[in-house]
Amino acid sequence: MEQYSSKVMEHFAQPHNVGEIENADGVGTVGNPVCGDVMRLYIKVENNVITDAKFKTFGCGAAIATSSMVTDLVKGKSIDEALKISNAAVAEALGGLPKVKMHCSVLAEEALKSALDDYYKKQGKPSPVKMPAETGHEHEMT
Amino acid sequence: MRKVYLDHTATTPVHPKVLEAMLPYFSVKFGNPSNLHDVGREAKNAVEEARGKTGTLIGARADEIFFTASGAESNNFAIKGLAQANSQKGKHIIVSQVEHFSVLHPVKTLEKSGFAVTYLPTDNQGLVSPDDVAAAITGETILVSIMHANNEIGTIEPIEEISRITRERGVLFHTDAVATTGWIPVDVRTLGVDALSFSGHQFYGPKGAAGLFVRKGVRIKPLIEGGIQEDGRRAGTENVPAIVGLGEAAEIATAEVANRMSHLAPLRDRLQNGLSEKIDHMVINGHPTKRLPNNLNVSMWYVEGESMLLFLNMQGISVSSGSACTSRSLKSSHVLTCIGTDAAVANGTLLMSLGMGNTEEDIDYVIETLPPIVQRLREMSPLYEDMIKKEKGK
Repeated sequence: MEQYSSKVMEHFAQPHNVGEIENADGVGTVGNPVCGDVMRLYIKVENNVITDAKFKTFGCGAAIATSSMVTDLVKGKSIDEALKISNAAVAEALGGLPKVKMHCSVLAEEALKSALDDYYKKQGKPSPVKMPAETGHEHEMT
Repeated sequence: MRKVYLDHTATTPVHPKVLEAMLPYFSVKFGNPSNLHDVGREAKNAVEEARGKTGTLIGARADEIFFTASGAESNNFAIKGLAQANSQKGKHIIVSQVEHFSVLHPVKTLEKSGFAVTYLPTDNQGLVSPDDVAAAITGETILVSIMHANNEIGTIEPIEEISRITRERGVLFHTDAVATTGWIPVDVRTLGVDALSFSGHQFYGPKGAAGLFVRKGVRIKPLIEGGIQEDGRRAGTENVPAIVGLGEAAEIATAEVANRMSHLAPLRDRLQNGLSEKIDHMVINGHPTKRLPNNLNVSMWYVEGESMLLFLNMQGISVSSGSACTSRSLKSSHVLTCIGTDAAVANGTLLMSLGMGNTEEDIDYVIETLPPIVQRLREMSPLYEDMIKKEKGK
């Protein structure tokens, strides 16, 4: 396998935003333990801005690092801006990912979108969230 | 920081005496063993001496040892070579589902060219049943290949019982002994096998020298053709320094194997007990007693193997992980699948394989270091959170 970038190792060794948010405005859980990774992302939203984001992840080094990075990226962003965060942006912010680990960045994007989708549902509003296309292998919860 | 290498199944360091024996064969005694002059003869003698020492380690005659470049090559040579040389008798092969890929992939290739293959399951400790072997043999069966011990979970298979059956039924029997040679007694006559693979770097020899025992009188087709080397069974100028090293490693192993077992099994047990005491929801894979003395394979619930591996690495500890995420295919180990390990739990697997350099202090350092890593990752794990909430809900 390719080696991880120093940025990935930094976020893996000391991940940012680990934990839960009580009474979160949106929670998304994606992935499958059989495939080796499950991400749960919590968001707090005030006046259409994501004021806090936390995560819990079961997964490899890249899964933990992408969770850490996506929560960093999303904090302080408006909902509209958050909806535009792609897996490529997460991977790029981490200084790239080994090819076989790109699916972890997809999972991070999915976790965010799933939390945003949950936010809309909790607000009783129609959700504009489109889940990203799968790359590689299946991640649906079974 | 303390450095603890617990990945001897991946490879071992070259023994200092092995290195010393090899060095003259690079530039002083550099000859080609096929040449008749003194320079060539010197190299030839060294190769033949190594062949004798290697034979002694596994109870074989020197002329039954064929040197190869790797354990994978030995397995390929055995499977393809025996099947092709004996296909006039039939075209059925029996293997277990937990074989190394260097056995499973060649039989898959043979399947595509008209051979039939039976893949035997194991029980949940990784044991192949001799009765299953007996039941699978048909009039068409020419070859059975069951590994001596599994490289991941360390389970030692009932080779002697299986060879009684294959002998009675007139079927060739190959065993992949890459995981056992040099670690536990390996004797081709006691085991009763017709062919046996081993690899030098797995027992303190150099990478690049391995071999296949083929019982005298058994027909085998070469994989690599076009030369007289290895009695015409493997063309190519011999890797003389590596072969000399393999011979030296074999001689050391012959003298040391009993010590190795009595050094390693208590250390492994210390590691197993220490971790079991400190980590809940941990599963020990493999057989409790019929297991390699240096093998410990454990699965932790709610955490993923690669994360544990990376954190251990930061603390100077080298292990292997059986997690899907570390493999190219993103599938968890076929061995753990075969023994019925839950696929999610299989992703939290660590393979720790001990060696002669490990001390009690090393083991205690691992026992001290791993549990907080598991705890930290569990606190980060949504699966652990769900389990705790479920427990509280009860």
